[in-house]
Amino acid sequence: MTTTAPGTVPAIEFRDVVKRFGDHTVLDGLSFSVPRGQRVTLIGPSGSGKTTILRLLMTLEELSDGLILIDGDPYTYEYLGQKWAPVPEKRRREVRKRVGMVFQQFNLFPNMTVLENIIEAPMHVLGLSKHEAVQRAEQLLEKVGMPEKRDARCTDLSGGQQQRVAIARALAMDPEILLLDEVTSALDPEIVADVLAVLRDVAQTTDITMLLVTHEMQFAREVSDRVLMFDHGRIIEEADPETMFTAPSHPRTQEFLKAVLG
Amino acid sequence: MSDHVQTLLDRLPRLGEAVLVTLELTLGGAVLALVVAVVLGFGSRTRTLWVRGPSRVIVEFFRGTSLVVQLFWIYYVLPAFGYELEALAVGIVALGLNYGAYASEVVRGSIESVPQGQWEASVALNLSWFHRVRRVIFPQAWALMIPMLSNLLVQLLKGSALAYYITLHDLNFWTVQLRRSTSDTVFSYTVGLLVYFVIAYALTWFMNWLEARAKRRLGIGPQRPSLRETLRLEPAPVPTAPTAPTAPAAGVRTGGAP
Amino acid sequence: MSDIWNWERAWEVLPDLLAGLRITVLATVVGMVIASLLGLALALVGRAPNRWVTVPVKFVVDFVRSTPLLVQLVFVYLLSPPEIPGLAIGCVVLGVHYATYMSEVYRAGIDAVPPGQWEAATALNLPRARTWRAVILPQAVRKTLPGLGNYAISMFKETPFLFAIQVVEMFAEAQSFGANTFSYVEPLTMVGLLFLLVSYPTSLLVRRMEIRLA
Repeated sequence: MTTTAPGTVPAIEFRDVVKRFGDHTVLDGLSFSVPRGQRVTLIGPSGSGKTTILRLLMTLEELSDGLILIDGDPYTYEYLGQKWAPVPEKRRREVRKRVGMVFQQFNLFPNMTVLENIIEAPMHVLGLSKHEAVQRAEQLLEKVGMPEKRDARCTDLSGGQQQRVAIARALAMDPEILLLDEVTSALDPEIVADVLAVLRDVAQTTDITMLLVTHEMQFAREVSDRVLMFDHGRIIEEADPETMFTAPSHPRTQEFLKAVLG
Repeated sequence: MSDHVQTLLDRLPRLGEAVLVTLELTLGGAVLALVVAVVLGFGSRTRTLWVRGPSRVIVEFFRGTSLVVQLFWIYYVLPAFGYELEALAVGIVALGLNYGAYASEVVRGSIESVPQGQWEASVALNLSWFHRVRRVIFPQAWALMIPMLSNLLVQLLKGSALAYYITLHDLNFWTVQLRRSTSDTVFSYTVGLLVYFVIAYALTWFMNWLEARAKRRLGIGPQRPSLRETLRLEPAPVPTAPTAPTAPAAGVRTGGAP
Repeated sequence: MSDIWNWERAWEVLPDLLAGLRITVLATVVGMVIASLLGLALALVGRAPNRWVTVPVKFVVDFVRSTPLLVQLVFVYLLSPPEIPGLAIGCVVLGVHYATYMSEVYRAGIDAVPPGQWEAATALNLPRARTWRAVILPQAVRKTLPGLGNYAISMFKETPFLFAIQVVEMFAEAQSFGANTFSYVEPLTMVGLLFLLVSYPTSLLVRRMEIRLA
């Protein structure tokens, strides 16, 4: 499954990853890797484990078995000799600095203004001065097209605006890896385009490694370098977007794309 | 009757002192209770068993034994173990521990009602646990817990009347003294209870103001509370969280005069 | 520890405490019966259309609820003729005090009955009294049971206040034993544990009821 050229360390690597919720096994020995700077879209029916992969990468879920490596470093679990053990929180935080995430439900902090949402982590995690953090936040607000909402209250914004702020908030941490979890699914159809335009711009102007879970197939086709089709916690097909969307080989993929694209 | 009023006026300076003692007990107890509540409230929802277990036991212990027993136990029995406290400290400690145990359930329930996504977003931004709680979770939970804390504060004020029985010269003591010098039970007790009522009203008013302020910061509720809202006696119904509407905290029991 | 705690004294005081526990439970049960009935009455009166009725009632309820039970007990005790036993006064004052809390529980229970129930009763042309008795109250009261249970536990733990009006319940037994022997350690500790022994299992039951009825 590895597509990395020999000698380079992938940005993300899953090695025999298992994730169980109680008796239910969501990921069963999953292995794949993503080279630096690549944009990978995960598609597949709901419950196929796509979102779980992003949540594992964000340490929102604990592994059941296997390893996740970021830039070659064990991230949440490691082998100490033969013993499979959790990595201490302090080291997790070091690695986690390189990973950012945008959520389906935006999850802006309602007790803070737009600007405060964006500068909170850069100031207290990266240790930027307030001046630097504000400057960076203003640039990012410019980038997502909402400089005038700098001091607005998050609860006064529309869903699309909230999601654009959430993207700016994630980018403010200067992540090497950006996880996008169905970022347009909670939005009204007419504002989806605004959010996608922002993301397209991010994809074109940065070299951030991106992992996307989305139902926007047209968008996936435009921005991604590689598409992975999931079913029951396994990758059943992987291809470049052109091939995946025009000539899928696996019958499950054909079925799925037919249902989604109509 | 005018004699009574004269006696009352003569005793006004001492009323000031008595109210001060009652307020010291109430506010001292409330501050201690809040600290206890936050520690035990968070302790009760950690995943680590050796933190959660003791927290639960302490909460159930102080809820299950009576405030009266706790107060007199600290006053009479604790010295036998070598810890002798001043009467005022005994009152504050007893009130703080007892109501702190009740309030910890409120804290726990409110923390649980903050949408899960808020925790997740703060993990994604790599904020430390303490930072997450202090800057993201607690400010949101705070707005949810004030109405119920307001109820507990008034109950704590009522419980402080016990202090008279451990030699403190509080408002209850003052009322007894007033009755002694006027020999008029109805007059003296009506005045005493009215003063308690006014204090309770002032405390509730203060809590309503805090709540309106906390909600305004979350961008819910009116930007300025109406006069009627500020002056109402009972706390407002528990607001729902702004981002995702969640059911009111499962852990919060709204009843519970201890 | 052994020089502070004396098992002999502990055994000696236990029968007195158990006798006191009987009074404590009696006061709680009678007090709760009064609180449940009066609380319902207050909730119903609170729904009266006439403001001249509702406003004064609301004031009295707020007043009783936000002033100390302890002071109220002594107040009523001092006003009552000496032939009325302290226990009776205690039960009534406990009952009235908690009725102000219970009225709130009933009010919430009644409000929680869906409006469709009222509309259906109107559509069936049921008389108003019948609507209350057969349709609304049975549904409302079901929802008030956990609240009732919680307040019963609270009241149980507040019965020691009755010591202030010479009722010899469990706490007063311990207090007087302590005053006579100058050792408070055993009686006060045991009273605390007895309270825990009764109130904790009861609160578990109420929690279960809450989950069942939720």
